[in-house]
Formats: sequence, C-alpha cells, structure tokens
Amino acid sequence: MAQARSSRPLSPHLQVWRWGPAMLVSILHRVTGNGLAFVGLGLLLWWTGALASGPEAYNDFLNWVWIGEGGSFPFVTAILGKVVLVGLTWAFFQHMATGLRHFVLDVGAGYELEANARWSVITLVFAGLATALFWAFVLLR
Amino acid sequence: MGNGTSIGRVRGLGSSHHGAHHWLASRLSAVGNLVLIPFLMVSLALMPTHDFATVHAWAAKPIPSTALVLVMINTFYHARLGVQVMLEDYVHEESGKVAVWLLVNTLPLAGAAYGIISVIRIALGSA
Repeated sequence: MAQARSSRPLSPHLQVWRWGPAMLVSILHRVTGNGLAFVGLGLLLWWTGALASGPEAYNDFLNWVWIGEGGSFPFVTAILGKVVLVGLTWAFFQHMATGLRHFVLDVGAGYELEANARWSVITLVFAGLATALFWAFVLLR
Repeated sequence: MGNGTSIGRVRGLGSSHHGAHHWLASRLSAVGNLVLIPFLMVSLALMPTHDFATVHAWAAKPIPSTALVLVMINTFYHARLGVQVMLEDYVHEESGKVAVWLLVNTLPLAGAAYGIISVIRIALGSA
C-alpha cells in the first residue's frame, strides 16, 4: 500500500465541499462520539473511582470539577469542569440524535435531499434544547 | 490492511466479511446506551443533593449498581468500536496501525475493569 499511496490522488476533504446540514451532523457525530469516549469516559472513571475511594476522594473530585475552593487552580478547573459537563451533556444528546438518525438511514429511509437536511437540522435543535432543559432542571429546581 | 493473496481474494477470505459484525455490535451497544445513559442522567438529576453520602447510597443499591456495571461494559465497548473506526480513517502507517490495534484492544478493557471494580466496591463495601 505504501508505494501505491504516494502516486494516487487524495480524495478531496472538508475544505472543498459546500457545507450542508447532513455534512455537519455527520462530522459532529464523530466529534461528539470521540469526545464522549475520551473525555466522558475519563470523567466517569474519575467519578466512580472517587466514589469508591471514600468521602475525601469524592469531595476532592467535587471540588476540582464543580466547587472550586482553596486557591486559584481549583477555581479555574471548576469553571472548566462546568464547561466540560455541559459540553458532555450536549455531546451526548447530539450523538444520541445523530445515532438515531443513523438507525433511520440504516433501514434505507430519509435519503431524499429535503428530508435528509430537515432531520439533520432537527438533531441540532434537539441537542441544544435537551441540553438547556436538562441543566435548567438540574440548576433551577 | 492488505488485499490478501490472489486465491484468498477469489475466495473472499482474509479480513473480509468481518465488517458486518463490527457494524451490528456498534448498533446493539448503541441501543444499550440509549437506555443506560438516560437512566444515569435522570437518576443524577433527581438526586436531592450530590454529596458523598447521597450519591454513594444511591450507587450502592442493587439496580443502580447493576446499571453502573452495565454502563462500564457497554459504553467502553461502544466507544472502543467507534474510536477504532475513527483511527482506521486517520492512521495510515503500518506501525501506527499496530499501535492503534494494541490501544483499542487493551485500554477500553482496562478502563471498564477499573470502573467495574469501583462499582463493586461501592455496592459491597462499607464506606
């Protein structure tokens, strides 16, 4: 493959296509999926491991990620923690919506240009709304 | 991934016919996540507070701890499948492929094992 690849043309990448909703949500599906895999599962293990290690480790986790007391460093990480948590929530809803879109496409439906674009946009709207509603419920109730 | 020997290509052997399993496994684990992650999010959102005692008591109950063990198995498996597809698209060098193959076959297993041990400690421990 190595000698063959150098003489063959590369397929055009992101910059040459006119952007459309289907292209955007397809890329977002990969980005959010890998974000959830690396950041989300990392945070999940940190949380569960801290919970298993006792109150001290768990309070450390809470302080780094959310409370941010005891110095400027935890203060900064707690701001980042909130951004990451909201981001992960959005990433989950976006990945879930585009994943459901894939299920529909898998059975052979939804390929008409207009329907395809419409459902792509709906995944974006759903993810934004669901994230806002989830955090409104958590923070305001 | 090579193209195999001539006779292997004719017979459709080599790495062919394995994609369908990967594809189906990805969908099946997606359905699992569709149940497990909303359960986790709703449970966390409905908790009165998120201090150690409250969260630990919740996670130690049979259904939440079962769900958390399933989360560890299913999310790491689903992530492993998806990350593999991403890396297959972007890593082209032979040495890189070997490294990727090692990583996706070891790290998710290690992460899931750590998560499961943690949940078992929470469920059975006295802390």
